[in-house]
Amino acid sequence: MSMTTSVEEQKKAQRAGVTARRVQAYAILVAWAVLILIFTLLLPDTFLTVQNFTAIANSKTATVLLTLGLVFALAAGEFDLSIGASLSLGAAVPAWLYSAHGIPVVVGVGIALAAAVLFGLLNGMLSVRYSIPSLIVTLGTGTALLGVVAGLVGNSTISVKGDWWNDFVSHKTFGLYTSFWFVLLVAFIVWYVLQHTPVGRHLYFVGQGREVARLAGIRVNSYRYSSLVLSATMGALAGAILLGNTGAVQARVGQAFILAAFAAAFLGSTAIVPGRFNAWGTVVAVYFIETGITGLQLLGFQAWVSDVFYGTALVVGVLVATLATRLRSRLSARSTSEERK
Amino acid sequence: MVTETVLELHGLSKTFGATRALADVDFDVRAGEVHGLVGRNGSGKSTLIKVLSGYHVPDPGGRLIIGGDTVPLPVTGRAAAEHGLVFVHQDLGLVGAYSILENIRLNSWSSKGFERIHWKAERASVEEELSRFGLVANPDTPIDSLSQVDRAIVAIVRAMHHLGVSGDGTGDASGKVLVLDEPTAYLPTDSVERLFDAVRAVAATGAGVVFVSHRTDEVLNITDRITVLRDGKLVDTVVTADTDEDALVALILGRALDSFYPDPVQTPPGERVLTVEGLTGALVKDLDLTVDRGEIVGLTGLMGAGHDEIPYYIFGARDAVAGHVNVNGDDLPIAKSTPTDAIAAGVALLPADRLNLSGSAAASVEDNVALPVLKKYFARGRLQLAVVRDRVGGLMTDFDVRPAVPSLEFSALSGGNQQKALLAKWLQMEPSLLLLHEPTQGVDVGSKADIFLRITDSAEAGTAVVIASAEHEDLANLCTRVLVFDSGRVVGELKGSELSEERILELCYRGGREAGITAASTDNAAQRTFRWRPHRVGYGD
Repeated sequence: MSMTTSVEEQKKAQRAGVTARRVQAYAILVAWAVLILIFTLLLPDTFLTVQNFTAIANSKTATVLLTLGLVFALAAGEFDLSIGASLSLGAAVPAWLYSAHGIPVVVGVGIALAAAVLFGLLNGMLSVRYSIPSLIVTLGTGTALLGVVAGLVGNSTISVKGDWWNDFVSHKTFGLYTSFWFVLLVAFIVWYVLQHTPVGRHLYFVGQGREVARLAGIRVNSYRYSSLVLSATMGALAGAILLGNTGAVQARVGQAFILAAFAAAFLGSTAIVPGRFNAWGTVVAVYFIETGITGLQLLGFQAWVSDVFYGTALVVGVLVATLATRLRSRLSARSTSEERK
Repeated sequence: MVTETVLELHGLSKTFGATRALADVDFDVRAGEVHGLVGRNGSGKSTLIKVLSGYHVPDPGGRLIIGGDTVPLPVTGRAAAEHGLVFVHQDLGLVGAYSILENIRLNSWSSKGFERIHWKAERASVEEELSRFGLVANPDTPIDSLSQVDRAIVAIVRAMHHLGVSGDGTGDASGKVLVLDEPTAYLPTDSVERLFDAVRAVAATGAGVVFVSHRTDEVLNITDRITVLRDGKLVDTVVTADTDEDALVALILGRALDSFYPDPVQTPPGERVLTVEGLTGALVKDLDLTVDRGEIVGLTGLMGAGHDEIPYYIFGARDAVAGHVNVNGDDLPIAKSTPTDAIAAGVALLPADRLNLSGSAAASVEDNVALPVLKKYFARGRLQLAVVRDRVGGLMTDFDVRPAVPSLEFSALSGGNQQKALLAKWLQMEPSLLLLHEPTQGVDVGSKADIFLRITDSAEAGTAVVIASAEHEDLANLCTRVLVFDSGRVVGELKGSELSEERILELCYRGGREAGITAASTDNAAQRTFRWRPHRVGYGD
């Protein structure tokens, strides 16, 4: 094989790879538009309304924040299954401190966040220092934390009526909650950190090529610790936001969020920056899924539809990512096996 | 002894791209024989074994006959099982947490499907099989708690079980073939004899044994005949009793060098860059080493000699047991050193494992190359990706990486181009000490010459270079000094007119035993510790 053909072949293959990547990056936006179009045709009066869209935007701010935290963990190669428990911690503990002890919610939120930092450090210590896979660690610690929270606050729904937190978080500006604008700001910061700082690049290498990163002088363990602390803390903050949005929560509220966050994170990793857990892909994925669920519910389907939708989204998201990677490597990778002896 | 031939290979060839790894090789094994297969790295012996195991598809035209039946090539797992061809590879393929019994029976329980396993009978039969091969052990013992040689024997017993020899010895293994691929590479020398007893027991059942090894002394000890490969060609098949170590080493060595090496480095002795004192690791023992500015120092030895772990210890990539490392006057904490510290002290390491340690396959070339220096490109509140791309593009052109497209996925580059990009990754930092492990493994000839030139260039610019490699020819032509290791100790240092491929090989194969150089005391060899590294890197041939 002559060198020139191989260069041309590779350049051609590379162009094909870039095109495939670009198509994949925005495919979800097209799918989202198609989804909106279908529901608009089916529900001409109710679906395509400002109220409906602000309702969708406002209802998912906690999920977006929770998933953005999870993105840090996943990018670093850590599976954090305890984010649901962190969310419960951030929602139920401040509510209980308020209703049972009269402590202002904002103080309770501060306490919950501090606890979440410690919880994240515990996860980090078990999975980094003792090399236990984070999947196992967080399955255990998450279940334990959820139990502790439930034991502390009981099983009833706790309301925080009368505190200013609720009004503040759900105050509408241009029809959208404070929490929506806040989460948008967080998404912007996450995007900036992951995409535009050395820290973000290092984090991706820690997740994808841990030894490569270590041998390049990156403090891999610090990154792993930080990612687990971030996912726990952002999970607790998401809980506080959920409390502010709904005004009342139960101890086990976080459980239902675990799958939603994983589905959105994995679906999001196929979009905007395909192949990487990324901020805007995550935001789009959360709202894409919510649009589908809202539309189906407006059509008269019951609440079970959200389980079906989230579960499907997770598997389809990963499937798409896998198939796309396979396609890309078929397009762009030239087999090097011939040269390896 | 019956001299019936159990395995025959005729006209076997294997081509990788432009390289002929095997050229028209004939090979045969007789029943009841232990047949040694020897040759240097790249001689083709691994390729031959991998053709037999079905891993490689040979070029058309070769023929394989086992026990009188022609077996179609490539060999399928099914055909190998049917004809009684079994392998014990260096990593043994045992599951450490499971018992001897479970490992041996694996898929050959006398019960099938959902039938109850007859534990008592199985246990008794395995115990019997073990004792036949000189291992007295409770079959319920987990593999992890066995010594290395016992594990090797368990692997052989399992292989024999597959060959159809049952515990009472009534089974007939004649016409069957057992291939042992480097079984002794990590065994303490004093326990090798026990393994050999087991191998002799195998041969006594009438099976043919192929014994692949680097160690000429062992091959001379255990085999009946020896086949020598060199550069993919069959050199000779000799009767062991009619040969000696000198003659065998002579057969393994020797070929004209087609020189594509750069001129040797001619730098005046510079100041000290690296001082290593008393470095002890898993294999390497109490090493003292100094490297000066502009020197290229080679570290070499046979598999398991320990030379190849030294760069990783100096860099802090692995924790050493003891020792002192000083780079440019800065002490590095050897037992708790990190790559971060080493890089800060001006050290760079290019590991052999390109896709797991050196580069990330799925990331782009630019992300890989810029990784250690990303912080430099953070300006005005963000990573200047355009500048990174520009700079990496420049480096790629400079280092002749083709195609010079920074956004390309790293795995899309060929091996040689990957290695040139990774060399650029480290040389852009202008290290004062460059550590290399098998820098040209799996690299095409053209890239190899480029890489050598880069190495000598950077040495002339004042970098101290350390190369750990088993490519003796390359070391002889590149290095100012070469240290040869055996059992973790330096058995010789070659420089000037003494430095030649032949001298390196001689020291490698004969250690300090007869070479008359700083002899390693014999008890060191016995202390050679085993280190389990299933994903070991650095020895593909």
